[in-house]
Amino acid sequence: MNFQLTREQELTKKMVEKFCEEVVAPVADDMDVEHEFPVDIVKQMGELGMMGIMWPKEYGGAGGDYIQYCEVIERLTAAHAAVGTVVAAHTSLCTGPIYYYGTEEQKQEWMVPLAKGERLGAFGLTEADAGSDSGATQTTAVDMGDHWLINGSKIFITNAGYADTFVITAMTDKKLGTRGGISFFIIDKDDPGFSTGAEEDKLGIRCSSTRELIFEDCKIPKDRLVGKVGQGFKIAMGTLEKARIGVAAQGVGVAQGAFEITKEYMGQRKQFGKTINKFQYPAFTMAELYTRIEAARLLVMRAADLADKGMPCGTESAMAKFYASEIAMDMATKGVQFHGGYGFINDYSIQRYFRDAKIMEIYEGTSEIQKLIVSGAILR
Amino acid sequence: MKAIVCVKQVPDTSGVVAVKADGTMDRAAMATITNHDDLAAVEAALELKDKTGCEVIVVSMGPPPAEGMLRELIAMGADRGVLISAREFGGSDTYATSQIIAAAVNKIGVDKEDVVFCGRQAIDGDTAQVGPQIAEKLGLPQVTYAADIDKDGDKLTIKRLLEDGHMMLSVETPCLVTTVKELNNPRYMNVGLIQECFDKPLDIFDYEALKDEPLIDPDTIGLEGSPTNVYKSFSPPAKGACQMLEGSDRGTVDELTGILADKHLI
Ligand SMILES: Cc1cc2nc3c(=O)[nH]c(=O)nc-3n(C[C@H](O)[C@H](O)[C@H](O)COP(=O)(O)OP(=O)(O)OC[C@H]3O[C@@H](n4cnc5c(N)ncnc54)[C@H](O)[C@@H]3O)c2cc1C
Repeated sequence: MNFQLTREQELTKKMVEKFCEEVVAPVADDMDVEHEFPVDIVKQMGELGMMGIMWPKEYGGAGGDYIQYCEVIERLTAAHAAVGTVVAAHTSLCTGPIYYYGTEEQKQEWMVPLAKGERLGAFGLTEADAGSDSGATQTTAVDMGDHWLINGSKIFITNAGYADTFVITAMTDKKLGTRGGISFFIIDKDDPGFSTGAEEDKLGIRCSSTRELIFEDCKIPKDRLVGKVGQGFKIAMGTLEKARIGVAAQGVGVAQGAFEITKEYMGQRKQFGKTINKFQYPAFTMAELYTRIEAARLLVMRAADLADKGMPCGTESAMAKFYASEIAMDMATKGVQFHGGYGFINDYSIQRYFRDAKIMEIYEGTSEIQKLIVSGAILR
Repeated sequence: MKAIVCVKQVPDTSGVVAVKADGTMDRAAMATITNHDDLAAVEAALELKDKTGCEVIVVSMGPPPAEGMLRELIAMGADRGVLISAREFGGSDTYATSQIIAAAVNKIGVDKEDVVFCGRQAIDGDTAQVGPQIAEKLGLPQVTYAADIDKDGDKLTIKRLLEDGHMMLSVETPCLVTTVKELNNPRYMNVGLIQECFDKPLDIFDYEALKDEPLIDPDTIGLEGSPTNVYKSFSPPAKGACQMLEGSDRGTVDELTGILADKHLI
């Protein structure tokens, strides 16, 4: 057991802290009000190797590891959650399955530009009637001999409005159903018959893009199939197993960011002749929350370490995700509370954390679904 | 072609100054940062590398932990580092320091097309003497306060920033250029380069490595050999809160004179 960060992990932390302090945090509140997708920040992150941290250099990545990826996601999210969302969906949800399940040709053609940050990625699994039950996919892909024909739609897809490359699931054999009937495909934004819907207006992570993907006789070449026909659901679940580590890191980030803002406010605001942090109830509550943030971070690091070692991490990432997203909510809620009325006023950043925290308990599998995974594993 | 950049690790001035018994600063006891003007020099060299593909070598004189700073500069894009570190060099003033650094730069080798970069001055000493002294010792032409640098063969065209304007100068390489932090925005470390920075070459020049260099005179290096001596280092007492007045109208001036009169200053 080793709780020491490596030199590379230390430097990554230092680098991302500086980047967030100078580039991400100063514009976060304004961008949130404007619902502005962070186009320039994403471009800069690509140049700094932040859009493919844990992928090997030969596939355009930075050659780092999941721990470094989590450090970056946590800090980005602590500064501005939506930016963390963009990077996480791009890196683990879209580039991930091409790396783990794609052919060498697919990696060269699709993964390299994604990992370098030259193209942005998105992942389409959820449909109107296939949410938690994501195997209930209605979107179909039919083998037309020299191409695939895709029809249907996906909803709530992160990055959709700005992505160049999409990975999706579609039913290739209804009779076989979830296991064996679903396949996994790569879609280019310019594929004929493919389009995206209007931007969703959201409670939080308002600077991220969330749209419907629409397939109307969408024609794609045969070489866009990832893995074998029928392996789609397995690929999607395998992808989520590792990607949830990133959402868990986002949860820690929201909590950490809310903690820092609240700590500063409590140290300045005086009532009854003393600062708020001198009252025992808020002080002890902060001690408890801080401890839980640290516990969540350790769960994240544990899952990330397993992923780095190529070991199964499904249970660990599920535990990390629901625990971290819960502390994100609790910390943000208490953060608003300890700001008093100011916490409810939009001039103060803490309300943004309060709104951004909630999505962590929902996307990439709700907390209930995470508990389904954990209970399934421990009560067998 | 090479760009050799001299960089100093300085105490983080937002912290408290720790002082040793001999009056010099206890660097080991203070949080450190890379000197701002020097970071501008590194960025200028990296921009030259972007344009010409030249090799960038970062050089620092300091205690062993300064290696960490050099690794960070390599993670920004420098190709290799040289750390000048020896007990014999400790406590050097600007005269001794520039002598040692000049010897190290000379050992690295300055060829026809090369450029040596230094930051204008370090925030701890604030002398702005080391860069020009290195140039003198190496017999290189020098251009200070560079704001923009263009290279064409063995000629550099440099925009020199002055208080009330700028000056365009053309200088032949090899030469030494000093930069100010207002020049550019130093880039961030790159995650991909962070992965490589600990494997890139970093040479340590200790006393043994430099003592036979022609530029080194053992009698004029280190604390003992330095012609200037620090009498005392201390954290100045905090000044009172500052009051800002805005506007250039009569009313503001009246307000200002009123305040000064109240304090019996006028
Ligand atoms: C902002 C945003 C971004 C998103 N990004 C993406 C994306 O990039 N790609 C993508 O594919 N999807 C994305 N999603 C979709 C997201 O993953 C789903 O919304 C989520 O998995 C829940 O599905 P649902 O909305 O259909 O809820 P439902 O499945 O209808 O769930 C409703 C409630 O029932 C509970 N529930 C459901 N089944 C069970 C069960 N078996 N046991 C106990 N409780 C249960 C749920 O936990 C929840 O509380 C995004 C959603 C949002 C809001």
